[in-house]
Amino acid sequence: MATASDTAGPRSGAPAVNTSETIISIEGMHKWFGQFHVLKDINLDVKRGERIVICGPSGSGKSTLIRCINRLEEHQQGSIVVEGTELTGNLKNIEIIRSEVGMVFQSFNLFPHLTVLENCTLALVWVRKMPRAKAQEIAMGYLERVRIPEQAEKYPGQLSGGQQQRVAIARSLCMNPRIMLFDEPTSALDPEMIKEVLDVMVELAESGMTMLVVTHEMGFATAVAHRVIFMDAGEIIEQNEPSEFFNHPRHERTKLFLSQILSH
Amino acid sequence: MTGPGAPAPYAPGTHPDLPPPVRTTGVVGWARQNLFSSPFNVVLTLLGVWFLASVIPPMAEWALVKSIWTAESRAECWGKMAVPEEAACWAFIKGRLSLFVYGFYPVEERWRVDLSFVLLVFAIVPVLYDRLPGRRHWFWYVAAFPFLAGWLLVGGFGLAPVETDQFGGFMLTLIIGVTGISFSLPIGIALALGRTSSMPVLRILCVLFIEFIRGVPLIALLFVASTMLNYFLPPGTSFDLLMRVLIMVTLFASAYIAEVVRGGLQGVPKGQAEAADSLGLSYWKAQRLIVLPQALKISIPGIVNTFIGLYKDTTLVLIIGMLDPLGIGRASLADAVWAGLAREVYLFIAVFFFVCCFGMSRYSLYLERKLDTGRESEK
Ligand SMILES: Nc1ncnc2c1ncn2[C@@H]1O[C@H](COP(=O)(O)OP(=O)(O)O)[C@@H](O)[C@H]1O
Ligand SMILES: [Mg+2]
Repeated sequence: MATASDTAGPRSGAPAVNTSETIISIEGMHKWFGQFHVLKDINLDVKRGERIVICGPSGSGKSTLIRCINRLEEHQQGSIVVEGTELTGNLKNIEIIRSEVGMVFQSFNLFPHLTVLENCTLALVWVRKMPRAKAQEIAMGYLERVRIPEQAEKYPGQLSGGQQQRVAIARSLCMNPRIMLFDEPTSALDPEMIKEVLDVMVELAESGMTMLVVTHEMGFATAVAHRVIFMDAGEIIEQNEPSEFFNHPRHERTKLFLSQILSH
Repeated sequence: MTGPGAPAPYAPGTHPDLPPPVRTTGVVGWARQNLFSSPFNVVLTLLGVWFLASVIPPMAEWALVKSIWTAESRAECWGKMAVPEEAACWAFIKGRLSLFVYGFYPVEERWRVDLSFVLLVFAIVPVLYDRLPGRRHWFWYVAAFPFLAGWLLVGGFGLAPVETDQFGGFMLTLIIGVTGISFSLPIGIALALGRTSSMPVLRILCVLFIEFIRGVPLIALLFVASTMLNYFLPPGTSFDLLMRVLIMVTLFASAYIAEVVRGGLQGVPKGQAEAADSLGLSYWKAQRLIVLPQALKISIPGIVNTFIGLYKDTTLVLIIGMLDPLGIGRASLADAVWAGLAREVYLFIAVFFFVCCFGMSRYSLYLERKLDTGRESEK
């Protein structure tokens, strides 16, 4: 990995974050889909280098919350400040924030008409205005980091799900983001591919990346997260550091949820 | 079959990769599989063979073997045959070929039409063939081509002016067809984007335009072009009829293209635009680089379908008095010396249209195959 791994030893519980600088600040945020109140009074501060796992039942608003952070969804009340810039209707601000915040989707969303390498260089060339050769060099670097440089000339449709998701991670990393958002990155994968994606994410965590991860991979949460947030029906019900969260959940709904996902 | 008791030929985990059975290869294998695989298939095959055998030889005899290629009149032509009317009299078409190609374009200026055609070929190749070296630079030429061709054909600026009502024949078909096709695609894409945009005013304008144009027959639009436009234009201005027809045909095709492309846009998963957004691409870049390439790929069959329809609909200009190939054909048939050769005329015109449309259809298949990048990622 590029950066020294002095912030975290993997699978040993994550030590405290080494900075106190707030990189995302969400205050009193509400969102509605039509009449449907999907996010209710969300307050969340994320420190630089902090890794947060968000879990909760399906439909509780997890995806919507992290999509609000890069304005794929628009919130109607309260404020979201990312890297000192408040998310408003200002298109230029939104584009700046989006190029600083990487996002990985459950369904990969690779561009099927472009090769793996082109997927990765696209934003460098068109957003960062980088010469193609330089962009390709950077992209190859990240493809090596996610361990699929040999697939660079293939099209996404020719790769396995796990490979596609690693390409999607590399594609985001190419923009050198300050924050990475993951929306259930392993939920669409066959079991044998989950590990290859999680391994890449663990390495990313070791490099000190600020990460918000919606996932039900509790092993990953325990090993990597500084904080686990539990959401239900659009609210943050409780949050705690992983071992406390899993061993001593405080709320009934958290206990119920944990018993459901751990029962099999 | 290996029964439960029989020993397996390979121990578990050691089964090698074997080649597929050979029964399915070779001509006989192919015929058996594709032509005679079932009684129904056998009947179909025999029916097909019988049909071809009874249609092709007489057709070939009529059109080629016994046909007459030189004669001065219908009477002479039929006189040359063993039995009058037993074969085609291509002498008629041959004598009027230049009329079918150029209409009434002045003979001494026809080199300008020929030159425009050559320039057209040079403009089409870089558009259709993406592996052309230096394709990027050709686009300046492609963009300049309509003006260049317009100048050559109409004249002025040093060339003898030619009235557009002297245009006719295949040349007229090509002018209307190529103009309609090349301008309706960008306009149609813009309309489709407008119709799917989140800006209400823009959306409503696009919907109104599309629905209005689609709800009116092209013939009616052409009549509007030929008669009513005069009412809307300031008195004294004359606006070339061909120009009006070009505009109407283009708008008509644009509305259809817009709907085809909208279908394509709906076929692109929402996650594609979201992924582009999340990388910081602006709306226009996301559309141009991510959404449209995929939407257009999905829309290729529909787009080409619309183009083929447009190309054949160019014959409708006959109704407002323009001499497209059908118009020339009808005028030719009115010639007493040659009257009675309708089959030759219409077959000839049909072959011209068929060749053009079949070409478009084959190109679209080529394009679909070329753009196929393996199985799609999960939608
Ligand atoms: N674009 C949308 N329009 C209307 N309702 C939506 C939309 N997206 C999500 N929802 C609803 O919002 C709720 C929260 O969705 P989501 O954030 O995807 O939940 P989660 O990711 O926790 O499963 C769900 O009830 C879902 O049906
Ligand atoms: Mg979700």
